[in-house]
Amino acid sequence: MSGENPASTTEYIQHHLQNLVYGRLPGGFERHTENGTEVLAVDTWTMAHGATEAAAMGFWAIHVDSMAWSIGLGLIFCWMFRRAAVRATTGVPSGFLNFVELVIEFIDSTVKDSFQGKNKMVAPLALTIFVWIFLMNLMDLLPVDLIPKLLMLAGVEYQKIVPSTDPNITMGMALGVFVLMLYYNIKIKGTGFIKELTMHPFNHWAFIPINLFMELVGLLAKPFSLGLRLFGNMYAGEMIFILIAMMFAAGAGTGLIAGGLNAQLFGEETNSLFWLVIFVLVCGVCWMNLRGKISTGRTVLLTLGLLTLGGGVFALGGGLMQWGWAIFHILVITLQAFIFMVLTIVYLSMAHEEDH
Amino acid sequence: MNINLTLFGQMVTFAIFVWFCMKFVWPVIITAMEERQQKIADGLDAADRAMRDLEAAQDKATDQMKEAKQEAAGIVDQANKRANQIVDEAKQQAITEGDRLKIAAEAEIEQEINRAKEELRASVAGLALAGAEKILEASIDDKANRALVDNLASQL
Repeated sequence: MSGENPASTTEYIQHHLQNLVYGRLPGGFERHTENGTEVLAVDTWTMAHGATEAAAMGFWAIHVDSMAWSIGLGLIFCWMFRRAAVRATTGVPSGFLNFVELVIEFIDSTVKDSFQGKNKMVAPLALTIFVWIFLMNLMDLLPVDLIPKLLMLAGVEYQKIVPSTDPNITMGMALGVFVLMLYYNIKIKGTGFIKELTMHPFNHWAFIPINLFMELVGLLAKPFSLGLRLFGNMYAGEMIFILIAMMFAAGAGTGLIAGGLNAQLFGEETNSLFWLVIFVLVCGVCWMNLRGKISTGRTVLLTLGLLTLGGGVFALGGGLMQWGWAIFHILVITLQAFIFMVLTIVYLSMAHEEDH
Repeated sequence: MNINLTLFGQMVTFAIFVWFCMKFVWPVIITAMEERQQKIADGLDAADRAMRDLEAAQDKATDQMKEAKQEAAGIVDQANKRANQIVDEAKQQAITEGDRLKIAAEAEIEQEINRAKEELRASVAGLALAGAEKILEASIDDKANRALVDNLASQL
């Protein structure tokens, strides 16, 4: 992950953008392993090693990391809110319950504002979408290298920890919403839905093909815009984190002492472990300062010293940029979760309205 | 950016989580919240009502107090009046009694005077007769003289 070499820079980015894939390799596929080339006799379900194998799997593959993080975060959401639900009383709420009720009240008022019909499903749907997507987006705020590197030490080759940067995840949710849209359009409007598709905007039988074309494009654009908006925003945010992290790593390379010490202690490949040590030391110094064990002047000196050891001012700049972008990104992740939720409500509201 | 089975995996997961939320999370919390809202509204209503009741009770108490005060003042007034009346009556009675006693005393005095006059008259007549007897001795007609002297005495 050293920044001087353009090839390894590309590798670094590609590595970060590769999911952990489990899928079916077609028969006849040539696998390049450490033991040489192996030609598969039959279709084989296996873990993909690298992007080419993942690509060869085509449709019959599953992104294990995306699914695991997505389900895990969904479970966290369910567990948190279920715990609040169990504890919910008509008495005085406190602590965590207050927070959950705040979220629920916010969702409830948003739904009541934009959804006029009567449907018991819309509000829980909106809550699930908002909190779940927010949690998935929140993963973006963890340092980009932290979990992938740790898992790599544990033997997991690829890891994308932000599920919402995977178009499968965002489009999966958007398609779920689309199915609901179709269902309610047909259930509420019946034949009126067909009439809506064929008789709008030009109310004449001769225009039916044109109307149908226009309305279908409009209808299909909804799930696509919904899913791709979230994906695009999160993907771009993740890319910026990766790019800043590369500058950060380049800073580590230019560090006078860092390079030698790093190679001495951990070998060339484990740059991030070195950074983890520096990070922990800096945290320790700050903590000692907060506890009143060392004076602020010494804290600043020690921190600067540690950062110089770790790669100098350049790295500090990289860290600051990560931090700045993360703060800005808090806004983005919340906003994107909110937009996904509001659009879902609006689309379902449109599906419930007889005339429009 | 390849679309694969993950898409359907996510759709199924999505459906399950939405179902869970719809079944076990949302209704429970929203019901609790609505019930609490109702409870708070009821509590505020009750507080309002109690406030109004209190005010009414205070008003009533004030009214009763005023009435009682008025009544008491009336009673005191009446008592004063009655006392004055009694005193006046007693005065009147005393004056009448006094007058009556005075008149009786005056009548008695008059009587006394008259009796004294009568006695005096009688004694004067006797004395004058005795005196005249002494002066005139037997020569004088007792009957004629007596009439004379009686006449004289009545003129006294």
